Amino acid sequence: MQREPAAAEEPGCPGGRRRRRRRRRRPGDGRTRVVRSNLLPPPGVEDPAAGAAKGARRRRRGGAQRLADNRLKTTKYTLLSFLPKNLFEQFHRLANVYFVFIALLNFVPAVNAFQPGLALAPVLFILAVTAFKDLWEDYSRHRSDHEINHLGCLVFSREEKQYVNRFWKEIRVGDFVRLRCNEIIPADILLLSSSDPDGLCHIETANLDGETNLKRRQVVRGFSELVSEFNPLMFTSVIECEKPNNDLTRFRGCIIHDNGKKAGLYKENLLLRGCTIRNTEAVVGIVIYAGHETKALLNNSGPRYKRSQLERQMNCDVLWCVLLLICMSLFSAVGHGLWVQRYQEKKSLFDVPESDGSSLSPVTAAVYSFLTMIIILQVLIPISLYVSIEIVKVCQVYFINQDIELYDEETDSQLQCRALNITEDLGQIQYIFSDKTGTLTENKMVFRRCTVSGIEYSHDANAQRLARYQEADSEEEEAVSKGGSLPQRGSIGSHQSVRIMHRSQSTKSHRRTGSRAEAKWASMLSKHTAFSSPMEKDITPDPKLFEKVSECDRCLAIARHQEHPLAHLSPELSDVFDFFIALTICNTVVVTSPDQPRQKVRVRFEVKSPVKTIEDFLRRFSPSRLTSGCSSIGSLATNKATHKSGSNFLSTLSNDRTLLKLEEKLSQPTKAIASNGYSSGAASWAPEHTAQEQELEKEKEQEWELRYEAESPDEAALVYAARAYNCALVDRLHDQVSVELPHLGRLTFELLHILGFDSIRKRMSVVIRHPLTDEINVYTKGADSVVMDLLLPCSSDDARGRHQKKIRSKTQNYLNLYAVEGLRTLCIAKRVLSKEEYACWLQSHLEAESSLDNREELLFQSAIRLETNLHLLGATGIEDRLQDGVPETIAKLRQAGLQIWVLTGDKQETAINIAYACKLLDHDEEVITLNAESQEACAALLDQCLHYVKSKSPCSTPQKTEGNVSVGFSPLCPPSTSTTSGPSPSLVIDGRSLAYALDKNLEDKFLFLAKQCRSVLCCRSTPLQKSMVVKLVRSKLKAMTLAIGDGANDVSMIQVADVGVGISGQEGMQAVMASDFAVPRFRYLERLLIVHGHWCYSRLANMVLYFFYKNTMFVGLLFWFQFYCGFSASAMIDQWYLIFFNLLFSSLPQLVTGVLDKDVPADVLLTAPQLYKSGQNMEEYRPRTFWLNMADAAFQSLVCFFIPYLAYYDSDTDVFTWGTPITAIALFTFLLHLGIETKTWTWLNWIACGFSILLFFTVALIYNASCATCYPPSNPYWTMQTLLGDPVFYLTCLIAPVAALLPRLFFKAVQGNLFPTQLQLGRQLAKRSPKKLIAPKETFAQGHLLGEPRTESSEQRSIKTSGPLSQDCTSQASWHVQQPACSPEASGEPNVVDMNMPLREDILLEELSGQAPGSVPREAILEGCSGASKMKPTSTSRTAPLSSIFNLPNFSSLNWISSFSLVSGLGSILQFSRNSLQMDKQDSEFLPSPPQPDQDLCGLSGQTTDYF
Amino acid sequence: MTWSAAARGAHQPDNTAFTQQRLPAWQPLLSASIALPLFFCAGLAFIGLGLGLFYSSNGIKELEYDYTGTAGTGGCSACALADRGRAPPPPCSCAWHFSLAELFPGPVYLYYELTNFYQNNRRYSVSRDDAQLSGLPSALRHPANECAPYQRRASGLPIAPCGAIANSLFNDSFSLWHRRRAGGPYVEVPLDRTGIAWWTDCHVKFRNPPLVNGSLALAFHGTAPPPNWPRPVYALSPDPNNTGFVNQDFVVWMRTAALPTFRKLYARIRQGNYSAGLPRGSYVVNITYNYPVRAFGGRKLVVLSNISWMGGKNPFLGIAYLAVGSLCILVGFVMLVVYIRYQDQNDEDEDEE
Repeated sequence: MQREPAAAEEPGCPGGRRRRRRRRRRPGDGRTRVVRSNLLPPPGVEDPAAGAAKGARRRRRGGAQRLADNRLKTTKYTLLSFLPKNLFEQFHRLANVYFVFIALLNFVPAVNAFQPGLALAPVLFILAVTAFKDLWEDYSRHRSDHEINHLGCLVFSREEKQYVNRFWKEIRVGDFVRLRCNEIIPADILLLSSSDPDGLCHIETANLDGETNLKRRQVVRGFSELVSEFNPLMFTSVIECEKPNNDLTRFRGCIIHDNGKKAGLYKENLLLRGCTIRNTEAVVGIVIYAGHETKALLNNSGPRYKRSQLERQMNCDVLWCVLLLICMSLFSAVGHGLWVQRYQEKKSLFDVPESDGSSLSPVTAAVYSFLTMIIILQVLIPISLYVSIEIVKVCQVYFINQDIELYDEETDSQLQCRALNITEDLGQIQYIFSDKTGTLTENKMVFRRCTVSGIEYSHDANAQRLARYQEADSEEEEAVSKGGSLPQRGSIGSHQSVRIMHRSQSTKSHRRTGSRAEAKWASMLSKHTAFSSPMEKDITPDPKLFEKVSECDRCLAIARHQEHPLAHLSPELSDVFDFFIALTICNTVVVTSPDQPRQKVRVRFEVKSPVKTIEDFLRRFSPSRLTSGCSSIGSLATNKATHKSGSNFLSTLSNDRTLLKLEEKLSQPTKAIASNGYSSGAASWAPEHTAQEQELEKEKEQEWELRYEAESPDEAALVYAARAYNCALVDRLHDQVSVELPHLGRLTFELLHILGFDSIRKRMSVVIRHPLTDEINVYTKGADSVVMDLLLPCSSDDARGRHQKKIRSKTQNYLNLYAVEGLRTLCIAKRVLSKEEYACWLQSHLEAESSLDNREELLFQSAIRLETNLHLLGATGIEDRLQDGVPETIAKLRQAGLQIWVLTGDKQETAINIAYACKLLDHDEEVITLNAESQEACAALLDQCLHYVKSKSPCSTPQKTEGNVSVGFSPLCPPSTSTTSGPSPSLVIDGRSLAYALDKNLEDKFLFLAKQCRSVLCCRSTPLQKSMVVKLVRSKLKAMTLAIGDGANDVSMIQVADVGVGISGQEGMQAVMASDFAVPRFRYLERLLIVHGHWCYSRLANMVLYFFYKNTMFVGLLFWFQFYCGFSASAMIDQWYLIFFNLLFSSLPQLVTGVLDKDVPADVLLTAPQLYKSGQNMEEYRPRTFWLNMADAAFQSLVCFFIPYLAYYDSDTDVFTWGTPITAIALFTFLLHLGIETKTWTWLNWIACGFSILLFFTVALIYNASCATCYPPSNPYWTMQTLLGDPVFYLTCLIAPVAALLPRLFFKAVQGNLFPTQLQLGRQLAKRSPKKLIAPKETFAQGHLLGEPRTESSEQRSIKTSGPLSQDCTSQASWHVQQPACSPEASGEPNVVDMNMPLREDILLEELSGQAPGSVPREAILEGCSGASKMKPTSTSRTAPLSSIFNLPNFSSLNWISSFSLVSGLGSILQFSRNSLQMDKQDSEFLPSPPQPDQDLCGLSGQTTDYF
Repeated sequence: MTWSAAARGAHQPDNTAFTQQRLPAWQPLLSASIALPLFFCAGLAFIGLGLGLFYSSNGIKELEYDYTGTAGTGGCSACALADRGRAPPPPCSCAWHFSLAELFPGPVYLYYELTNFYQNNRRYSVSRDDAQLSGLPSALRHPANECAPYQRRASGLPIAPCGAIANSLFNDSFSLWHRRRAGGPYVEVPLDRTGIAWWTDCHVKFRNPPLVNGSLALAFHGTAPPPNWPRPVYALSPDPNNTGFVNQDFVVWMRTAALPTFRKLYARIRQGNYSAGLPRGSYVVNITYNYPVRAFGGRKLVVLSNISWMGGKNPFLGIAYLAVGSLCILVGFVMLVVYIRYQDQNDEDEDEE
């Protein structure tokens, strides 16, 4: 507290006074820090020359002592502190303390069992290994620190009066740093000057949060107005700001100038360490936080350590072992006491009195014996267990990281394990909590459709384009394999080659042939631009809307110099125009080229920034300014980008598309209908594109310049959509936005304010001055739920009001429709402000902005005041596509017995539809929707639902639990699933109800209900609620939970869950940084859990069990011996063997098995995901198995003890000559036991076993020959050598392990054959019929789980194969385009299809009838459609019945109704024909009774039982 | 900033069999077809081996005589009575008479056996100083602390050899006499008292301290014998090569037995007429009865035995092999039966299905 404020002050007298004052107001004090320029002479020192030296010295001292300097030090140790500090840390582990304690016991002569030095060896070894590991890690940290610390940067030197190169580590708070483009920011720096004329600076924060878009930073207000270049020496202001904290999204403070004026400092003024300067030539700033106080480093928390469930259970069993150890020792102690008492009186020859000759009291003897026993039996608490587990886990992590099937080529990323010690938890997950956006979906926002002023534009071509991307994925491989078909594409071959060449020259992406491979390639090239895959960029415009936009454009171009240009437009057209203007400018998208700083020559207004003061406002809005503003619009030709004429510009924009049109026209003119006729429109305004190369050239330039950097994918999608309508955002500056229109040319909007998006308002607004009308407009974009409430209430009196009302209700309808389709909806609205209104609002807004206290609150209020009385323009529907393989993954995970909950912030309709799309919900199952308005209502609803669920399936609960617990002697078929007792319902709950349901009183009920449900969807949930749900399930149900998410809103959930998985997707790295595992895509979860999770769990569980077995068995040998040595705690096993047996001789094989053993091969695990349940039920390692294992260990030790005992009974053998065979027998027994437990033997296993035996004998031979007197008290000189000549040694070594393992072997053989567990069945399946497996697997995987993809692919194949037959490739391609419209099943999303199909046909046919010169007649299309649907049953006859379960019988009446209502606009004949068509389908394909998926499962299991 | 490196530098993993966990592997399955032959074969092999062991163990001849002298058992009871209470007990001798109807094939070993004698008791078994026993002069004068209370005499003289084991050295002695025919004279059978300890023990582990002026006695000057010993260590045997620390009786005794019932080799009979074994006739073993065992309930036996390739007589191993072998076969049969029945049942089930 104390050092902070004084930190940057010079420790002069005034400083001292100030400090005293500060001490008094300490509470306020602690939250701020004061930064001054280091260049200033310290206060009180007048002479600058004298002050220089002094100041430097003081500064150094001050810097070093008080404030963190910029030196990065992530190392934990120094050379000196390593040993004590590391030891100290290691002794935090209780086990280490225990082992050291035991070792130290050996130094007490009365109780010692081993040579004291020797006893320390294993502990020291373990400590040394750990210490070495720590040292190595620390050293590599040190190296990377060193590297970073010695990066250079320019720091202003006071002595030299210029910027000089310094190392990063020399930077101190208060220094002035000059950074150039593409340099990394060395510390948190307050931006004071930028080469950018607007005082802007762009940074890329990828290092910090993984977001690759550019963020804008702004010079501190007051400094941007400086005319001359910023001179650090003149900087005399004092900066007061927050103390260092880790909140990346927040920075507040103020700068106090000499004249006492204050100015606020915000996040926008701060350059964060680790970011990169982009697009800006040079910036200067003052360092505010350095080194470890920077936000980047405060955020870096390093790897996480969690304790896995298995480890918790293991620790519990370790405690049992401790108890056992104490019992054994106590028993032994009592026995020894009695023994001593018995023989002491009799003066037996072997009794040894105390060293002073007095006889030892039995009690003392017992105490000694107890302690010695603890030393000898310490092996029971396995010292190497922890180390071995760590080694095994590290290897498991390595293998998971290395799995090539978890590698995502597209992003060149593999799975990362960030938590090293919970791998086995992956095998025990019971509940998955998933985010929706970005996790299930791609978070690639694609503009799908929109509605403007009540008219819907369905963008069919766009939908087809999207469908094509999907096809392209599967097409790609086939195209490669099917080389023969390539020549047939010859007609466009030349184009392709040109295009490919062109692509290789620039980062231009591809439109039409945009397959995934290309997308991959492009995304790699344009790494710097987020959200700009071709899929998102290339929107195909809707022709009608396109026509309207161009009309607006033309009209306005004509009317632009008239008084009210917009008045010439019809209300609808003016709405359209405003709609697109809003799309283009109501955002924070930056237009950039990533590698060059912007070369801006632009027309500047007199005042640069948004309106800041009232005077400013008056000045700017005085009439004289109006004209200059207008004229400025005309004179913007200096920009490099606009050296082309407007039309030229536009042609380049669209030429790629026209190129496609050309291709199509060339190849088959009649197919022009496929391109929706807008090519003709395009041709009309871009007629001069004859030389294609030239155009490509232009295109290249164009692409180079138009790159949009958006903060959210939605924004980018909208801007790209607007661009597709030739309303292109070409420039965004601090205070102006330029939009390029084909006829109007460039319109420059004066940007007055941006009211940014926040999650409470759920909207953002821009305030602009319209260049055409000079009005002040507010464009608002936001969630429909809020925007619709903010609309100007319209009177139903006049026609206009009624019209508005109608538009609104229509728009609302379409919004609902979009939501049902799973689109993300946004409403666009506008408000025109009069100058008076604006002035009024501005006043309050400026007050709010300048207020220091609750600025945020005031700004919020101010925004709310502005965003009222809106005029609705339209709405957009953005599609967030499902990631690849999500439905399949979910189906598999379900089969694996995992409950999947989706927790999303999205709205209910969207969430439900995504849930249907990804098969989380099924159409034939009931959906319970919980939307309660109050606590009471929620309680009542819950009761009602519970009652309902109970009444519906009274037996489902016990059955379910039974199913979970029973190990199942039944074959692969799951014992009981919900499908047999009818589908269990699904639960959908919204955020508000969730808040009620999570209340203490209701949470039990809620949980109980949720447990009954197949899937649970929580919509509109906040991050906190997400984590509360996870916590609830985790604590109440005692279940293993996994949370997966990709965004910052999932962080809390990820942290709460047992296993947190982050998706390294589009939304930055925050989720990944909080996660334990980071996967590139959702579908990798399947392999991660079902294969790796299972393996890790099974390996580790078996290894831990083996460890316990091994140690108990070994200790048992010693314990039995106590009965024959008077419980005197002597050991027949030599001390060396005792100490090193665990550590050296028997450790390697179990490690190899623990790392490599695969109980069931991966493909079987994936084929039969229900095998995963063994992990969930903890079948491998549960208390029962533990105790059975211990019993077996006891038995084995009995055998291994008494066989040598009897074999050597009554002979002249000595202790160690007898003990050594026992050791050898133990070793052989361990290895054989491991052999029984090992499921797969690789050469590594063999080598490890061989090595163990060899090592034991080698060590024994060397040890027994090395020294005759060195190892008291055992001193087994030449023992091993003698034994090797003794046949009895070999004979006992043969018989004892066999006899010991016979029961286990017998049990295994009987159980494996008669009552095999599911895992064993899976193993047998894989083993017996590796060929047969593949066949069932395919039907299994594709027939049951992937029913639909199967039909889809076969459908495609049927089309494909027909491809070579048709001579014309283009027609083939266009058939592809049309295919989805005819066979909706192909899209794999039944209910979306239900809606889409009529709409698509609708548009298609309208086009046909509207403008179809020389196009295919309507009948042909219809024929084509029905032809395709007829063709389908033949091509997919095998799988068709399967697809039917997922498809049509589930047609809910609701869907029917909605589709009817949509269709209503169509001609009745058409409607009839389509309906009949669907009926036909229903009759022909879907009526056969849907087979139960589980039947087939049983079928498979039946097959498996055949094999025995 | 380590995480940024991890996030960025990811590359495609190696596609090798090892990293992808696709190493070729043998996957043994304990199915009936493997388990049954395994059990049967192992069973048969063990039974065969067991039979061999059993017969070779049975071929070993062993004669033993308990001379502890419990009341009414032969000649040693008088000595046993004298033993009571006094240490050292007065010298006493007794004899064990036996006769052989046929040749006791050689080589014949003479053992003594003690029961209930806990040589493996911890405090006893550590009470020695290997350094001293290896003839280290410094250790001779300064015995290790482990030897306490037999480290130094009350007079302060170091005890050599120190420790409880040495102190409790077995001190009965035996001599074997043979009479070819009844009434004839008893001829002493030569007992080879050397070669009864491990070669490495007498030559590496146990060494006398360097002679002083050619005399072992002088080398041990300044030390005292253990309290129980009537004579110093250098006078253990008249044979200069078999006295001091390398006296083989002593060396044998110092190798502490594993179990409370143990034998120790006393002598080998392999010289002269007796190299082929003990011929028929009557024998007498004269025992010098010194060692007090009755106090703690121990017994003393004298044993004559020959050995086979697998050592002394021990029928256990053979029996164990036989038992385990039969168990294997039994288990095999049980499995066979269960397997067949299960198979039938399984077939029925399938028929029902």
